[in-house]
Amino acid sequence: MIEIKNLHKKYNGITVVDNLSLTVNKGEVLGFLGPNGAGKSTTMKMITGFIEPTSGEIKIKDYLITNLSYEVKKYIGYLPEGAPMYGEMTTYDFLLFIAKIRGVEKNNINNSIDSVISDLSLQDVIYKRIEHLSKGFKRRVGIAQAIIHDPEILIMDEPTDGLDPNQKYDVRELIKKISKDKTIIVSTHILEEVEAVCTRAAIIAKGKLLFDDTPIALKNSGSGSLDDIFREITLGVGN
Amino acid sequence: MKNISIIFSRELLSYFSTPIAYVFLVIFLLLSGSFTFYMGNFFERGQADLLPFFGFHPWLYLFLVPAISMKLWAEERKSGTIELILTLPVKVIEVVIGKYLAAWFFIALALLLTFPIWITVNYLGSPDNGAILSGYLGSLLMSGGFLAIGSCMSSVTQNQVIAFIISVVVCFLFLLSGTNLVLDFFNAWLPQEAVDAIASLSFLSHFTSLSKGVIDIRDFIYYFSLIGVFLYINIELVNIKKGG
Repeated sequence: MIEIKNLHKKYNGITVVDNLSLTVNKGEVLGFLGPNGAGKSTTMKMITGFIEPTSGEIKIKDYLITNLSYEVKKYIGYLPEGAPMYGEMTTYDFLLFIAKIRGVEKNNINNSIDSVISDLSLQDVIYKRIEHLSKGFKRRVGIAQAIIHDPEILIMDEPTDGLDPNQKYDVRELIKKISKDKTIIVSTHILEEVEAVCTRAAIIAKGKLLFDDTPIALKNSGSGSLDDIFREITLGVGN
Repeated sequence: MKNISIIFSRELLSYFSTPIAYVFLVIFLLLSGSFTFYMGNFFERGQADLLPFFGFHPWLYLFLVPAISMKLWAEERKSGTIELILTLPVKVIEVVIGKYLAAWFFIALALLLTFPIWITVNYLGSPDNGAILSGYLGSLLMSGGFLAIGSCMSSVTQNQVIAFIISVVVCFLFLLSGTNLVLDFFNAWLPQEAVDAIASLSFLSHFTSLSKGVIDIRDFIYYFSLIGVFLYINIELVNIKKGG
């Protein structure tokens, strides 16, 4: 479970995340929506302990995230914005490194690697260097490293960015498949994605939480398409 | 410890999966060899020791060690992998030490590959091999000092060129503080104790005696404290600057 209370983040005097409170329960997939620069990535960076909030608190599995608590990171799988990875490594070496450092048990490492390779169809690129992979493969290796240790908490920043429609479909099915016993937050620009995989939709703009309900409620909250509703909700902020 | 060794192995693997390792090894061996034989007058001196070989090491390290260390942190920040590595269940100190030890191990390997020169001097005469061992030890320690400075400077910026230049400058200051050029300048107006203090901060003063075979525990303390201080600053800088 993830509990966020009154979260604030300021960079050089500019408020990026403004009094954000959210709770995501086990079994839920929260779609995190918002225009570029809304504070989605910043919030995710704070949840995963990469940056510290200016004020407010974040609890993961009843652990308070302060001073980048070491214990709690074991339960988290994280795909950072842009899926950064060590380009000079091969897919296999990279996944092996992550599995080891994530504390996957020795006799389980091969199984975990095999399972993410098959889940994300990485068979053709196992021994290729990551820097030589296409954008779609890179993103999928990024997702693979986030789920390799079967984390209870999964945070993914735009997991389907750069994927073709078939790959997007596969990744959505994968998220649905693994979501039962996990707490998942997925940020996206693609509104249909929220309908397809998420059990909840949260919209933020300029750091403020503007909507938090089911995707169906989002659809029913206005007339017209999801895009229109999104525009309606996000364009009014701060003006 | 386990995390440090996982980071260590990953770093070392990455040296050898890029041309960096090979370019560094070849250049290091070429330069250390040619300096010794041509500029160091290895043969003409007619003495069976490796003083001309070790004498060039500080100047060789001045450029080559920052070339290795510049990427340690600058590249992680530039490519964004710092976000990946620091959200893994590892402590910053483990990452800093793992990366540092991998780079140091790599330099040690380069140093080890200079063994033909040791064979040569043993073939030509009967040198004091204890003194040579002490020289190697001193050289390794000194490279560790350069490396700690380089690793620390690499965490200041995400630009590797800037990291390289700052590292060279800071290392140069640590080298120079033991030369007569600097010491004579201070001799004119500072008491002897102060001049000694400046000289005692220098890489050169602490390396020269080791390279001649004089093992003094103070030299070890000096290098290890220097490494400790710079790695500590390195850890703090990573913590402070990681987000932006």
